[in-house]
Amino acid sequence: MPVPAHLEFFIDPSRCIGCQACVQACRECDSHKGQTMIQLDYVDRSLSTQTVPVVCMHCDVPTCAEVCPADAIKRTEDGIVQTARKPRCIACNNCVLACPFGVPKMQTSMNLMMKCDLCYDRTSVGLMPMCATVCPSQALHYGTREEIERLRPRSMPIDTFQFGSQVIHTRVRMMVPRNDPPAAIDVTGAFDLAPAPQDMAPDPLLANLYVEEPAG
Amino acid sequence: MTPDDRERAQPHWRRDFPIDWPEAQWVARREFVKFLMPVSLAFAVGQVWLLWRGWRRASAPAPAPARIARVSDVPIGGAMLFEYPAGSPSRILVRVDESTFVAYEQQCTHLTCPVLPAVEREELICPCHHGVFELRTGRPIAGPPRRPLARVTLEVRDGWVQATGIEARTV
Repeated sequence: MPVPAHLEFFIDPSRCIGCQACVQACRECDSHKGQTMIQLDYVDRSLSTQTVPVVCMHCDVPTCAEVCPADAIKRTEDGIVQTARKPRCIACNNCVLACPFGVPKMQTSMNLMMKCDLCYDRTSVGLMPMCATVCPSQALHYGTREEIERLRPRSMPIDTFQFGSQVIHTRVRMMVPRNDPPAAIDVTGAFDLAPAPQDMAPDPLLANLYVEEPAG
Repeated sequence: MTPDDRERAQPHWRRDFPIDWPEAQWVARREFVKFLMPVSLAFAVGQVWLLWRGWRRASAPAPAPARIARVSDVPIGGAMLFEYPAGSPSRILVRVDESTFVAYEQQCTHLTCPVLPAVEREELICPCHHGVFELRTGRPIAGPPRRPLARVTLEVRDGWVQATGIEARTV
């Protein structure tokens, strides 16, 4: 049974409190074989407590499936990009390297790429994904578009991401401020900026890693 | 059409290996017919070949009678292998009692393993998959084989056991 199209997944990183509940709950999903498919990213650990849960965005044009040489990554009719088919996956890591969001994970013990499949065993029978069930701040929300607009009047969902020249539309939505919504979330934009201003506080982790060589 | 117009950049083999599962599972009528025609043709040709082979076998001349063993050389309950006609797959001669000899092709009709005589139980046993044949008739009584062993017709004359022909049987 396909996942109903009117139920969507919303990520609101500004609500994420970094509690790791989603990471732990993800293991409980039957289709994940006891492995967690979510990782909690720290945006800049030395400067902020902001965290972002990384789940699969289920792209319209999935880069992971495009680069798969073994035809192992498939998308079902409801737009869910599934874990690699076990008989086909050759554990080449192409998808792991290619995914702009960094979602696929190579399970070397099984020689199988596994990724977030929106808890397909649950969502295909009308349940919520595990992570959205447990998230205490509802940074991960699973529901209809009307529901999220009623619950978050100051945010709006966006499904367009920009990675350099690659534009990606996704099935999973990211919440952005409603008063000044960007046309697309420019993920790699921060890398293209001019060198950081001199008065910026140095990253204490990096500052201790590199010691300048004495001149002469 | 994809958002950033990359449909055109897709390699041509992508049409044969689509990412979307419903497309990948789709079997077009033309593809199915392309598969069906050669397969049914192969079956039809196979039928003709089987008929031709059966006809050729039936019309082959019977091998000339040949002496294969002295009666006194085979003890009661004993067995020996022989080739009839010379160069054929090995066949087995068994002396059941004082005056009864039987001879069969030694290949089990299941997967052509050599069968072994168990004279005290009046059976021929194939050790590969525990196929069992009746010793006196060569008919299968247990295990995977379903067809009887090909029998060599025998004649005892002047103290010699003589093979006079091969009786290939399907039932």
